[in-house]
Amino acid sequence: MPTSLTETYFPVLLQALLAMALAAGLLTASYLLGKRVRNKVKDMPYESGIVPTGDARQRFSVKFYLVGMLFILFDIEAIFLYPWAVVFRDLRMAGFVEMLIFVVLILSGFFYIWKKGALDWSKPEGAGRKQ
Amino acid sequence: MDSFIVISLIKEVVVFGVLLTTLAYLQWVERKVIAHIQVRPGPYRVGPHGLLQPVADIIKLLTKEDLVPPYVNKPLYLLAPFLAMTMALLSISVIPFGPQIQVAGYQTYMQLTDLNIGVLFVLAVSSMGVYGIALAGWSSNNKYALLGGLRSSAQMISYELPMSLAIAAPLLISNTLSLRGLVEKQAGGIWNWNVLHGPFPQIVSFIIFLIAAFAETNRIPFDLPEAENELVAGFHTEYSSMKFASFFMSEYANMITVSCMATLLFLGGWVAPWPAEYGSSYVPAAIFLLAGLVALYHGFHPARRRDGYTLPVFGVLFLIAAAVFLLPMVQSWLIPLFWFCAKTGGILFGFMWIRGTLPRFRYDQLMGFTWKFLFPVAMLNLLVTGFLVALRS
Repeated sequence: MPTSLTETYFPVLLQALLAMALAAGLLTASYLLGKRVRNKVKDMPYESGIVPTGDARQRFSVKFYLVGMLFILFDIEAIFLYPWAVVFRDLRMAGFVEMLIFVVLILSGFFYIWKKGALDWSKPEGAGRKQ
Repeated sequence: MDSFIVISLIKEVVVFGVLLTTLAYLQWVERKVIAHIQVRPGPYRVGPHGLLQPVADIIKLLTKEDLVPPYVNKPLYLLAPFLAMTMALLSISVIPFGPQIQVAGYQTYMQLTDLNIGVLFVLAVSSMGVYGIALAGWSSNNKYALLGGLRSSAQMISYELPMSLAIAAPLLISNTLSLRGLVEKQAGGIWNWNVLHGPFPQIVSFIIFLIAAFAETNRIPFDLPEAENELVAGFHTEYSSMKFASFFMSEYANMITVSCMATLLFLGGWVAPWPAEYGSSYVPAAIFLLAGLVALYHGFHPARRRDGYTLPVFGVLFLIAAAVFLLPMVQSWLIPLFWFCAKTGGILFGFMWIRGTLPRFRYDQLMGFTWKFLFPVAMLNLLVTGFLVALRS
């Protein structure tokens, strides 16, 4: 039976090494086994046969950043819930009420951004109208 | 300590081998299931019933041209498939498959290691998988790949929220982060499983978990990152040969992990649906007996000529498996393993069934669904569970 920290995490390390070895091995094998034929058309970005214009380093929708920020906010909240859940039996109703206050604070922020329209992915023309 | 290392190595090799075989054959099973949903035989030519198809696929993928386009960001482009595959294979190391067993006088778990933070470990490692996809999309320097990668990362982080809330609810009941501890709390029978048990049955969070799992693994109906008709092939447009396959391998490995997690968190892991004193230990043998008899019957009345040779062999193999399940010396570990595989396999079959049934979401619907519906519902479910557990204790 594993007792120490080293013994508990040793199989994880082993698995990580094996997984890395397998991934590297397979990628190297395909690099060595496959034959390569280069030509001009093959070296163009693949866009279903249409001649590409410009490159991919262009501006993209700010929505993706917004989702990233909101995720960090609410995921931290979710992570706070885990240790709370583990010791919940000892905390009882007091722990529940404390967490309820925290969650209500977070949720009021959530409903605020919802009303602000941060959660609407694409506003139709004439913004403000419900989809 | 020495015997510990030896046992660890043996378990490691066994688990890794089984995982890789499952990965290869899961894809065969999926093709067969989808084929039968669409009333066609599926892979049939390579080996009996296409059973050697995965081998042929691996050989084909390994010998395909390994193209690294000149316009990509090479280090990140090569890192992405490596990262995706490594992270996908890593999380299996904390999944328990069965109870404690005795091998040559040495007590060990049917699990690589029992971390006391197993749930968090799986969550952390599976969110690392996002990096593989985001990096693949960005480093490819292709507009479609970039869009696919961005969409995929936004989708995966958005669905991670309801997923982590859905996981927190059964934790309120079980009060442990160890995956083995979770199963031990659910011992006894189907009425003790988290999905039905407790002050508040976790059926809602089970369903939310499954929906989020579909989105996390980029499966239909949430396969927006690779929506062929708008994005060519999404984030892996510029990948070929084994680099392309490694994304698929990581997708299937993630499917297996997430099905195992659903089984452990909600369906009682390797616990049988009812106690052994009411005969649940005869169920595996009965199922294999039935499968063997059906295969034998169809083998002697073959629908296709080749079935006359292959099906009797399968029938006999199934009958042997049925006999093995009745042997007393293996029952203590084989039957829990059977239940674990049956539950996980059932969820995996659900993945395939849904793929054969549902069309794809539109992107704004997809994001609206998780933020405006799944997240509030998961939160509400968590609060109600917490309230009822607090009332009880």
